Formats: sequence, C-alpha cells, structure tokens
Amino acid sequence: MTAPTIEPSRVDTAPDGDAALKVDGLWKIFGSQADKIIGTADADLSRKDLQEKSGCVMAVKDVSFDVAPGEVFVVMGLSGSGKSTLVRMLTRLIEPTAGTVFLGGEEITAADEKALRDIRRKRVGMVFQHFGLLPHRQVIDNVGFGLEVRGDDRATRRERAQEMVDLVGLSGYERSYPDQLSGGMQQRVGLARALAADPSVLLFDEPFSALDPLIRRDMQNEVIRLHHEVGKTMVFITHDLAEALKLGDRILIMRDGEVVQIGRPDEVVGAPADEYVRDFVSDVPRSHVLTLRWVMRDPRPGEGEGAPSLPADTIVREAARAVLAAEGPVRVVEGDRVVGIVDDEDILRVVVAEEHPS
Amino acid sequence: MSTLVTSASRPGAKEEQPRSVAPEKRRTGLKLGVVAVVWVVGWLLFRGHNTLATPFQQLNGLHTWINDLRDNIQASAQTNWFFHGVIGNISDFFNWLVAKLQSWVSLPAPPRPVPAIGWLGVVALLGWVGLAAAGIRWGLVVVVTVLLFGLGGFWQDGVDTLIITVISVLACMVVGLPLGIAMARRRWLSTAVTPVLDVMQTMPSFAYLSPLALIFGIGPSSAVVLTFIYALPPLVRITEHGIRSVPESTIEAAGTMGLTSTQLLRKVQLPMARRTIVVGINQCTMAALSMAVIAAFVAGPGLGQDVSNALSNLDVGTAAVAGLLIVAIAIMLDRTTTAASERRELTQGRVASVSGPGVLLMGVVLERLPRWASVDHRAARRLPSALMRRIVLSVALVPVVVCIYLSRQYLDLASFPDGWNIGTDIASKLNDFVNWFVDHVDTVTTGFKNLVTYSLLNPLQNLMANSPWWLMAVVLLGAGMVLGGWRALVSVAVCLAIILGTGLWNDAMITLTMTLVATILVMISALVLGIAMGRNRLMDLWIRPVLDTFQTIPSFVYLVPALALFGASRFTAIVAAVAYGVPIATKLVADGIRGVSETTVEAARASGITSWQMILKVQIPMARESLVLATNQGLLYVLSVVVIGGLVGGGSLGYLVVSGFSQDQLFGKGLAAGIAITALGVMLDRVARYTAARYGRA
Repeated sequence: MTAPTIEPSRVDTAPDGDAALKVDGLWKIFGSQADKIIGTADADLSRKDLQEKSGCVMAVKDVSFDVAPGEVFVVMGLSGSGKSTLVRMLTRLIEPTAGTVFLGGEEITAADEKALRDIRRKRVGMVFQHFGLLPHRQVIDNVGFGLEVRGDDRATRRERAQEMVDLVGLSGYERSYPDQLSGGMQQRVGLARALAADPSVLLFDEPFSALDPLIRRDMQNEVIRLHHEVGKTMVFITHDLAEALKLGDRILIMRDGEVVQIGRPDEVVGAPADEYVRDFVSDVPRSHVLTLRWVMRDPRPGEGEGAPSLPADTIVREAARAVLAAEGPVRVVEGDRVVGIVDDEDILRVVVAEEHPS
Repeated sequence: MSTLVTSASRPGAKEEQPRSVAPEKRRTGLKLGVVAVVWVVGWLLFRGHNTLATPFQQLNGLHTWINDLRDNIQASAQTNWFFHGVIGNISDFFNWLVAKLQSWVSLPAPPRPVPAIGWLGVVALLGWVGLAAAGIRWGLVVVVTVLLFGLGGFWQDGVDTLIITVISVLACMVVGLPLGIAMARRRWLSTAVTPVLDVMQTMPSFAYLSPLALIFGIGPSSAVVLTFIYALPPLVRITEHGIRSVPESTIEAAGTMGLTSTQLLRKVQLPMARRTIVVGINQCTMAALSMAVIAAFVAGPGLGQDVSNALSNLDVGTAAVAGLLIVAIAIMLDRTTTAASERRELTQGRVASVSGPGVLLMGVVLERLPRWASVDHRAARRLPSALMRRIVLSVALVPVVVCIYLSRQYLDLASFPDGWNIGTDIASKLNDFVNWFVDHVDTVTTGFKNLVTYSLLNPLQNLMANSPWWLMAVVLLGAGMVLGGWRALVSVAVCLAIILGTGLWNDAMITLTMTLVATILVMISALVLGIAMGRNRLMDLWIRPVLDTFQTIPSFVYLVPALALFGASRFTAIVAAVAYGVPIATKLVADGIRGVSETTVEAARASGITSWQMILKVQIPMARESLVLATNQGLLYVLSVVVIGGLVGGGSLGYLVVSGFSQDQLFGKGLAAGIAITALGVMLDRVARYTAARYGRA
C-alpha cells in the first residue's frame, strides 16, 4: 500500500481572532416547528427519540469551530452524520436553524439575499460530489459560469477561465462537453469552476467519493498541489479517514450531527476522544500519522548526550531509519530545546504493533 | 506502487478519456433567420400568385377518383369476395353485436316497447361491475354516473357510448395483447410494426374517419372499427414496453434455471408486466372513449351525435350537458381502470373471476397464468380476503337481480321517467348564462380574440397562405433542414409532395397556420405553468391533479366551452386546441425542469445565481430535450383539435372532412383532406423528433 504522505506545513495551534471562517453554535433541525426545539430539553434527546417525539430530524447539533486562513479543515463522518448539511449551511444553501457563521469579519447568517449572493459569487467556491456541471456548456463555459452570473464580460471570463483550466491540468479539453470527459476530469472542471471566482474559501463536499480509487489519489494530490500554489482556505468534507488524514491540517469528526473531536491528524490517532473515534482510527497505520512527540519518553539521567537529534513533529515512519541506524537513542528537539528521547524500541513498538494488531 | 504515484501526479495523464469529436457550430438561429428573410422577401414579390387556393366545391381528379372508388365499392359490396366476404362479415358482426347489446340495455327490444333490461337494472348491473373491478367507492361512482345519463336526458345515448367503447376495448385486447407480447419477443415483428404504430398515433383522430367510411360505409360497425383502430396502438405499445422492461438480470436468472421461453413468458414476464399492461388498458380505454365520441360523424350511436348536432346549431347549453356526461364517463372509466389495476396488485396472481369493463378480457388472458402466487404462505394469507370478496360480490348480486327483475316489470323502472330529466332545463339555463356572459364579458374575450387574431393569426396566415406554393415549400424544407437535418428534410419533402397531390395545398397551409399559432400559445402557457410546477413542489401538488383530469377529457368536448366564449370562428378552434394541448405539454415541461440534476442546481446556487439566471441559464437549457418533446406532443394534440375545430368555424381541412359526410360529391375531397391532415401531422412530428434527436444532447 502506498502510504499517505503528510504535508509538512501544519498549523499547529488552533486559530483565534482573525479566523477565515468562524462557526458558532450552528444547529439544523429539519421539520416544522424546528426552531422551537432548541433550548428545550428536547434538544438533548437522541436523534431517534426526537424524531419519534416531534417528527423533527436533528441534522446538525450545536457545532462550533474556527478555520485559520490557509488551513485545510476536514470534516469527517459517516453518511448521515450531518457533515453535508453542515457544509451547506456555511453558505446557507441550507438555512441554519440557529447559530452564526462568520466569513472573515462578515456574518453570513445575517446577510440579506443580495449580500449572500455576493458572498457566493466572489468569496466562497464549492466543489460537489456529483460535479454539478452544466451538460449543455463546454468546459470553458462551465468554468466561467460563476463569472458570467456575476456579470463579468466575455473576454475577462474567458481569460480567467482559461487560466483555471490550465491550472487544473485540463488544457486541450476547453471545447469538450462534460459528458465527453471521465469522472476525474469532470471533477477537475468542478475544481476549476470553484477557483475561477478567486474565492478566499473553498468548500469541498465529498468531491472524490464518486471516483475510482486511483483517480481519487490523483485528485487528492492535485488538491495538495493547488493548496500549495493558491493557498486557499479549504473546508473539506469526506467519509474517508485516509483522505482526511492525508489532506487535513485539522480534522473535525462528526457523529449524529454532533462534534466528537477536533484535532490534528496525529491527535486524532494518538489521543482519540472516545471509543467511537478510537474504533474509527484503529486501522490507521499509526507510524504513518504519529509524530515523534507521541512516542518519545523523558530522558533517563545522562542518556542521549551527544546523540543525533530529530524535530518533534517528524512522522515516526520517516524517523524510523535514522533512529534504527543510530548507535543509541535519539534526541527529540523542538527548536533548540530537547523535549524527549526515542530509541529503537519506541519506534518498533509503533511499527511492529501494526503488523500484528492485538 | 510508488512509481505509479509519480507518474500519476501528471494531471490527467493516466485516466483514459472518452473519445470526443469536437462538435461543429450549428448557428441555428442565423440559418432560420436567413430562411425567414427569404420567405418575407419572396412573399413581398410574389404574394397572391400560385397559392393553389381552390373554391370549396371544386374537385380535382383525385377527389372524383375517390368518389368513383367509393361508388364501385358500394356497388360491388354484394359480389366482391373481399368486400362481401371479409369486410361485409366483419361489418355484419359488429352491427349485430351493437344491436344485440342495445336491445338488452338501451333500445326497445321488440315485441317489448322497452329494452330487455330497464334503466334500474342497468344501473344496478354496471354498479356491480364497478364494485367488482374497483371496490365499493368506484362502484358508487359508476352508479351515479350512469344515473346522470338519465337525469341529463341522454339515457340511451350515454349507454350507447358505453357500448361502443366497451366492444372496441374488448376487440383491442383480443388483438393488442397478443400482438404486444409477440412484439416484445420478436425483434423483427417489433421493427415491422412500430413504424405503423408511429404513423397511427401521429394521425389526428379526424383523419381516420373518411378511409374507414370508404371501406365500412357509415353506421355502428364503422364506429366500432374506427374506435378499435384508434385505441389499439397505445395498448400494443405499452404491452410491449411492459414485457420488455422486465429487468435483464431477472431474465438471465430465469434462464439459468432452465425455463423454456414459454415458461419464461408465463411465469416471469407476464406477471411482472401485469401492472404496466393494465396501464395500457387504461390508456386504450381513454382513447376508445375519445374516438367513440368522434365516431358520431360516421353515424356511430352515442353522445357524440348530441354534441355535434348541438354544436352545429350553436346550442351551447345542450352541447355542454352532453359534453359533461362524456367528461363524467371519462373520469369514471379512468378511475375504475386505475383502481382495478391497483386492486389487482393486491391480489396478485389471483385473477379476479369478474372484472370491470376495461379488464374483462384481461382476466381471460391472465387466467392462463401460472398460479405463481400459489407459494403457500402467501395464498394462505390472502385466502380470507379473496373469499370475503367473493362473498360480498355474491351477496351484492342479489339486489342486482332484484333490480333487473323490477326493471322488467314496471315501465317507470324500464324507461327513464321523463319527469326526472333535468338536462333540458340545465341546457336552457346554460344558454341564458352564455348569452348573459357574451353580453357582459364580451369585451374581454373579444379583446383577447382580436389581439391574437390581428397580432399573430392574420399576419402568419397571410404569410403562409398567400405565398406561392413553391415559396412555402422552400421555406418549410429549409426550416426542416436547419432544425432537423437531412432526415427531417426528406420527411418534409415527402409530406409536402403528398399534400400537393391532394390538391388541398392552400387549406393545408391555413390549418398549419392555426396549428402553429395554437402551439405557440400552448408552449407559452406550458412554460409558465411547467416552470412554476417544476420549481415549486406545492404548485405541482395543486396543478397536477387538475391537468390529469383535463387529460382524460376527450378532445371533442373542448369545443363546447370554446364556442361558448368565442362564438364560431377560427379562433375558437385555436382556443379549444390550446386547452387540449396545454396539460400534456405542461407536464412534460414540469418533469423536464424537475429532472434537472439537483447537484447542478445546487452548484449554480452556490455560484450566487439569481432566480431568473437559474431559469434561463440552467433549468431551461438543461430541460431542452423535454421542451422539444413537449412541443412535439403539443403540435400533435393541437393539430388533432384544430382539425375538429372545422365544426365551429375553423374551416379548412377539418371542415372538408366533415363536409365529406354531409355532401355526397365532397366525399373524395374529404378523404383527400384526411390524407393531407395525416401528412401534416407526420411532417410536424418528424421535424420535432429529429430536432429533439439533434438538440437533446449538448
């Protein structure tokens, strides 16, 4: 198996004040009289009980999170967990029942129709699982569609669309119609369309779930490449844990509409918040995700002096060869400071445990 | 594996793309514009020349030849083996059958002064049939509907209409079910028959009249055969479709179990297609009723005669009462056959021993089905309800028999009492109302009429009918070519040649004008309603049942309200045609709009699109295929009513068809008009179809 490669550009600390996207206490309950439920005891009922009692379906329950500028924020959950509803509420494709969403400094949840349209046209792009392309338009006009509806003139949008087509590797297919392209290529069109308006935030709703595994991996690498090149803030919905770990700077795990855990990939794998997450991540090759920080121990007195050193956020798998090759233990450093020690056994415990799972 | 990753990182390098051919630019609008310019310039230069307009009474060689042919057929009817031995026997059989049924339930059966079964008996009997076929609720509806015949003052005609319809539907099932099944199983048969069905379904109902009258003369048998032929295609089509749509995997699975092809048909295909087939019978029944009404023109008995007589006397009230009775029959037949199909699903495999009029023979055919429901536990579970049903039906027979007995003993229960006839009263009140309406609301209706007449109808008719025939031919060929390509061009050429040959070019152009104007109005209404319905579920919920009901009404009936509102004129025919065409076109548009992929709509919303942009840039373009289909259906529906509109001042081809029956020497011309109508229909259908084929996809 090919291991997911972890990009080094991690945002280690949760963002604060100047978040690109700030979600606070977001609820979505489907059904009549849904807004009356929040704040009552009914809101604490389980999904099933609530549905039996009031006929309402709790899709998203009191979700809050911040996304830093340039961060890739992954929302992960199984089908029915409310993640797709959540991402649609960010631009109010589905109206939230309660809660606020701030984009930059502007409150999306308070925007009137015109302002909301403006936000959708200029500041947020979205990529859909089933592409949502217009079959009667050529690739170039699909990519330029968002520019067209906001009133850009033909020359401008053609030029911009061509740039986007080149950026996502579709050069030569400008004149094709969507149904003449394979699934992967169609999603590149979707990607180009989302990028065309030069939005500050990109939303992905399970964009690669409908693709073959190999194509999916291509597209994931493509997203990583694009993130490096254009540096957009991304909110990425997926049900695929490997995809979440591969792409995400941070991961939000949802279950039954609620947040179970928010954390970096290594935190999710190394310190699962509950049994649900533990079960979820149990098949993940830990050495591919955990950093030395998770396997190091405090140095015994006098140990490791003069030994080679490795940064604390090195992935275990990548550190393994160096540690095993070293004569003795290796120092784990954060900047200049030594924060711990790892030796062969610490590494092997992680690597070998995977091959013989208990 | 890792080498794959590197090679794959070149975008699009690995995934094989479907072969694509860059589509050529079509510039349809530009080319149509050129055609239009040629047309107008040609019209300015040559208008009034070579229009091929002929006086009403003038006959050409073809017309007199057909007249002679008819005379020969009538003369040789006693000697020629074909006309005597085949046609004569068929004709005699149906005449006998109709007369027999009439003597039982609608006409005096000598020596008695009343039918064998009086009205009370008939009501009870039909009510019982309704009960057996569709349950107590629809049984009551049947009772009420049949009682309405008497209350409306059209007892005999109402029952006669039912007789013609039922006999025709039965004949359709004898022929249509085996044919449809055979077509589903033999590709060559399907290939051979389908084009014939295509033309039959494209032919407006009026065009069937003359050829049938030529062969069968006029009278009840002609009415039955006419109705049978008209109602056959939908049943054959839907039966074939039902058998064919049994999933391939099911057939494969059956094949691996070693079923013979007969077993496959009986044990798998027929049971699985049953529901679809009953839908076919429903469609067949509705078509039959619609034609049974029009069959009045070949002297078929029934309500159609009352409507057409009243229409020609401009007696809107009487026409409306008779028309409403037809609507009542339509709704009754539609709902009972639908309910019967649903009931059949519940008791699947257990063929009801008695079925309603629409499904009587169905029972016979299906009885030979295996008892696939004889899977024991299922049968056991159903047994009580089936038994219960039989008991209820048997018990219900008792009052039926009593009613029949009473209706044979008492005159008042035999012939419907005149005192109960409120139809005449209603008719005169309706006439008063129409007069009042015309006096008071006239400005609105006249204004609308004038608007359409002067802004659309007159200019277009001027252009089409006053252009030289060769110019019109070039224009139509050009438009056909631009829209539908070479195949459309060929169809247009053939159809135009036929129209030219009938010697009715000018009349055909006038009919075409009316058809086009009505279709434009249909499409405008259908777009507005259909888009509203497609975008708004609640709207759909409210409008759709109304459209469904309108669709069950036979085309002929639409003339009545149109006449009431607009008097006798070309425009009246157009209004009736629009009313008839709007429901089907609206539904197709709505389904097209609804069918636009939800993700695409959502993606467009996410791009910050306005409602208008959504309609114009996303929904209409993506529903293009449905729109073309709606136009196609709209054209055919409209044409069929525009032609019938000849009765209420529509003139041209439709009026010629009708005149062919009233004036002996015009018969040939009437038949030629029927041929021209068919050619028009086929031409419009082909152009729309090939256009759809070219524009349906990107």
